[in-house]
Amino acid sequence: MIFDPNVILKHLPEIISGTGVTLALWIAGMLLGILIGFIVATLRRYGGRAVDLPLGFVVEVLRGTPFLIQIFLVYYGGPFVGLSLDPVPCGLLGLSVYAAAYYSEIFRAGYASVPHGHVEAGECLGLSRLQIIRRILLPEMALIVLPPSVNLAVILLKESAVLSIITVPELTTTVSAIGSQEYAFLEAIFLLAVIYWVIVEAAARLGRLAETRLSTFRFAAS
Amino acid sequence: MTLPAISVRSLVKRFGTATVLQDIDLDVPEGKVSCLIGPSGSGKSTLLRCLAFLEEASEGMITVNGEALGFFENAKGERERLPAGQIRAVRAQIGMVFQQFNLWPHMTALGNVSEALKTVHKVPKAEAEERAMVQLAKVGLANRAGHYPSQLSGGQQQRVAIARALALSPKIMLFDEPTSALDPELTGEVLNVMRELAAEGMTMVVVSHEIGFAATVGHQISFLDQGRLLFTGAPSEIFAKPRHPRLEQFLDTYLDRGASMLA
Ligand SMILES: Nc1ncnc2c1ncn2[C@@H]1O[C@H](COP(=O)(O)OP(=O)(O)OP(=O)(O)O)[C@@H](O)[C@H]1O
Ligand SMILES: [Mg+2]
Repeated sequence: MIFDPNVILKHLPEIISGTGVTLALWIAGMLLGILIGFIVATLRRYGGRAVDLPLGFVVEVLRGTPFLIQIFLVYYGGPFVGLSLDPVPCGLLGLSVYAAAYYSEIFRAGYASVPHGHVEAGECLGLSRLQIIRRILLPEMALIVLPPSVNLAVILLKESAVLSIITVPELTTTVSAIGSQEYAFLEAIFLLAVIYWVIVEAAARLGRLAETRLSTFRFAAS
Repeated sequence: MTLPAISVRSLVKRFGTATVLQDIDLDVPEGKVSCLIGPSGSGKSTLLRCLAFLEEASEGMITVNGEALGFFENAKGERERLPAGQIRAVRAQIGMVFQQFNLWPHMTALGNVSEALKTVHKVPKAEAEERAMVQLAKVGLANRAGHYPSQLSGGQQQRVAIARALALSPKIMLFDEPTSALDPELTGEVLNVMRELAAEGMTMVVVSHEIGFAATVGHQISFLDQGRLLFTGAPSEIFAKPRHPRLEQFLDTYLDRGASMLA
């Protein structure tokens, strides 16, 4: 088999569109995951055992089962409980919830990394719970949560390829289709690897940059 | 005789099944320095944390300048929790200084001292920082305002922590072993700030192993042993011989910490 770059050029518009869908789902899923994950971690911290235990159970289930199976369940099982979703919203929901489970654990560790005395100092000075979260806990945990968050972002991008099985028109779906249509499977697989790798590399660099900025800005000379 | 700044009545504190404080009665006189001494694990920190409402007493009552802290006794004589707003108002009269400083590492000294003025009291930034600078100058650290805690010595950090508490103009200052985490040569600068504060007439409750400080600056000393207040009195009474055997034993242990002057 001879590698034929013309296949790529010919289908460039579809490839760009597929990449766009992947990027959009990835970023939206990540942001929603961060938001939900943060809320879950915060509820678990302040809500008492009655909130912590059930949420902890859900998080464990989500972290203990393959994303592929979760997506299958929501897409094909959802209609049985009245949840009929199109592939894209279903994919976004699945990705966000999956991400939220992991982000909630990252934020939980972040909360735990802040010495309790720093919180008590805030309480003694009259800061409300929300002010303590916003002004003390979040900035103090920022450096702790950043590296695993970037790591998770990379994993999410790669997991998003799973959405091709429910026909979300993302990168893997698009390029695989081109591969079959043109009998250029190797080119397709190779191209996929390159595009994912470029995005991952860009994300990792961005993460490292943020980390350096944050550490010099936040804790000068420490 | 004026109203005591803090009055503690029949206070009991339990952690699970362990009773850590038993039947504590204590009056903290206004404008005076009250010291809490006692062996490790006797409950000094726990008592101080109850006064700061960082721990909730299991039984008993605490009043601050006549106002109930946290709980009050209703008409039926039952202990009832006060609304959050009221608890906050009473707590606002109290400043707390911790053994571990507990400065926020992502804020400069100025940021630490001005934070609560800005976020809690909604003082505009410029004014809050001006007021914070006054407090930093007071503890001799005006020239360190832009430093992060990690760039300050332990003694300087503790002085920033004192300035942070003072910035909210508390009526009472609580100190939990403010010098225990410091190298010996740094304790002096912190104790000096506390001496000045005492001279200005600040009501202070100080938990300290610095028996010398307690004996010279304290107006009232309370000796806590195994969760009970064995006695409270003026330094001259407390350290006069003959002493209670538990106190004698305690002083022997801390003789090398500056109590030799009392021997
Ligand atoms: N959060 C807690 N949960 C359970 N037990 C506690 C807790 N805090 C303190 N204790 C126990 O209460 C007792 C009194 O502790 P406390 O810290 O008040 O003593 P202390 O007099 O301040 O001692 P030290 O001089 O070592 O600081 C100890 O036996 C301690 O183990
Ligand atoms: Mg203690």
